[in-house]
Amino acid sequence: MTKFTFTEKKDTRSGFGIGLHELGKANPNVVALCADLTGSLKMDAFKKEFPNRFFQIGIAEANMIGIAAGMTIGGKIPFTGTFANFSTGRVYDQIRQSVAYSGKNVKICASHAGLTLGEDGATHQILEDIGMMKMLPGMTVIVPADHAQTRVATLALGEHIGPVYLRFGRPNWPIFTAGRPFQIGKADKMIEGKDVTIIACGHMVWQAVEAEAALAEKGISVELINMHTIKPLDVEAILNSVGKTGCVVTCEEHQINGGLGDSVAQVLSRFNPAPQEYVAVNDSFGESGVPTELLKKYGLSPSNIVTAAEKVIARKKK
Amino acid sequence: MAETYDLPQLKRISSQIRRDIVRMVHACQSGHPGGSLGCTEYFVALYFKVLRHNNHFNFDAKGEDLFFLSNGHISPVWYSTLARSGYFDAKELATFRKMNSRLQGHPATHEHLPGIRVASGSLGQGLSVAIGAALTKKLNGDDKLVYVLMGDGEQQEGQVWEASMYAAHNKVDNLVATIDYNGQQIDGPVKDILDLKDLKAKWQAFGWEVITANGNNLEEMIATLEKAKSMTGKGKPILILMTTAMGYGVDYMMGSHKWHGVAPNDEELKKALAQLEETLGDY
Repeated sequence: MTKFTFTEKKDTRSGFGIGLHELGKANPNVVALCADLTGSLKMDAFKKEFPNRFFQIGIAEANMIGIAAGMTIGGKIPFTGTFANFSTGRVYDQIRQSVAYSGKNVKICASHAGLTLGEDGATHQILEDIGMMKMLPGMTVIVPADHAQTRVATLALGEHIGPVYLRFGRPNWPIFTAGRPFQIGKADKMIEGKDVTIIACGHMVWQAVEAEAALAEKGISVELINMHTIKPLDVEAILNSVGKTGCVVTCEEHQINGGLGDSVAQVLSRFNPAPQEYVAVNDSFGESGVPTELLKKYGLSPSNIVTAAEKVIARKKK
Repeated sequence: MAETYDLPQLKRISSQIRRDIVRMVHACQSGHPGGSLGCTEYFVALYFKVLRHNNHFNFDAKGEDLFFLSNGHISPVWYSTLARSGYFDAKELATFRKMNSRLQGHPATHEHLPGIRVASGSLGQGLSVAIGAALTKKLNGDDKLVYVLMGDGEQQEGQVWEASMYAAHNKVDNLVATIDYNGQQIDGPVKDILDLKDLKAKWQAFGWEVITANGNNLEEMIATLEKAKSMTGKGKPILILMTTAMGYGVDYMMGSHKWHGVAPNDEELKKALAQLEETLGDY
């Protein structure tokens, strides 16, 4: 049985920064745009080595999305960088019309998503972005689990044609996916099990790893899936796993409405109805605090996943 | 497109495009005739005289001038111009705003209509897109220019000013923006809805070179676009403040916001067409 451990913690945004820098070296058409958050987005290395391909837009996110859309005409591959809130809610109409509806090859790269942004509080802790982005026709939505996966996901964007939303975050977080294969739209089945399927994305994958260990001690066999791509969703992976376990817990640092859990529920309700529990923020805004304490307060701890798993298994047996 | 048209020919093209506009909006009983009619000379001067473009549509347009329409609701004039300059058959104008058409109510790339490179309609976004395309031209070592048309009511959108600030600060000098300064928007005169005050001084203060033109004088419009072209490459973006009359060319529509987004009925169509000579053959 595979067991996941970590020796190092790093922030996912740094994985993005390294990936972007590598892409810049590999592909001269890659350009980067930033709305006054170069340091926070870890875009300094790209900026330093490719000053002609780095565009400081200022605090004007709507203009940044429009410029990125225009830059694709003539073959550039723009990566925009700002906080997740300013990458989505603030510029939804610009993304909808100039990027998604226009089919532009723009990569919207968003840091500081979710509660784990921490002390800045609810104004910046967007918990609705996955929902907003996945609703746009043609938009790919990726939420990598750790530093290593954010780097390889960023590299994968260089090869992918079409608009993408890449969501990552601020806190130092365990690195545990190094060396694992990554393919856009292909779920990573990390642990095989038979009693319950746990499907997680982003920072919640590590929470699920810890939950799995606790459940294993109780004799519960968990199948753990890292659903790093929310759209296009790996329907086959969901149906195969839930077909075997008969129930599922979804885990996300997002509102209960509109995120990964709803995507999974849609698949199950259409093709194989099964009990599901959500580990997500329950229709509320966040607040200032230390990331791990916020995760606890808002019900996103490993213990919440354990409780949800036991509950969903009980529902299955009825 | 080679610069082979003389002024009388261009005027004949303008007349036909105006006929197309009123016939298109009449046929689907929707759309925006006012701004379309007012901007006809701009489109004719640009597409038939100034723009270095190829009607065998190439999306990336390397080595060609580019045009973006930010105030997408005046799509009828753009569609007619594209058709009359050979991007697609003028017969397709009959499908405007109808199901399964490439001629959407507002311009879109989704249905792959030749000549359109980004969707527009939700206002305020075109200048940003044009700046992006102009930056890519610079990165590609492409010395051709990027043109963009905006409305004056559209100047109420904040994104326009984000883009204006950016282009001047970053010396995007391969860009010629034009504002259709007709003084009208859907709900009434612009000065009553949300006054733009001294628009010329505002753009100058943002760092642009601003020139003005009577946009319904074809000769003057050609000369102004040529002048704008000669001013590019000198460290500043160029703005043409183009005064037009909404509905120009159809007497009962002229100068009134009432024809911003209303289609003529059968009788009104007859009246309009009587004022506009059929020169290239109706579609």
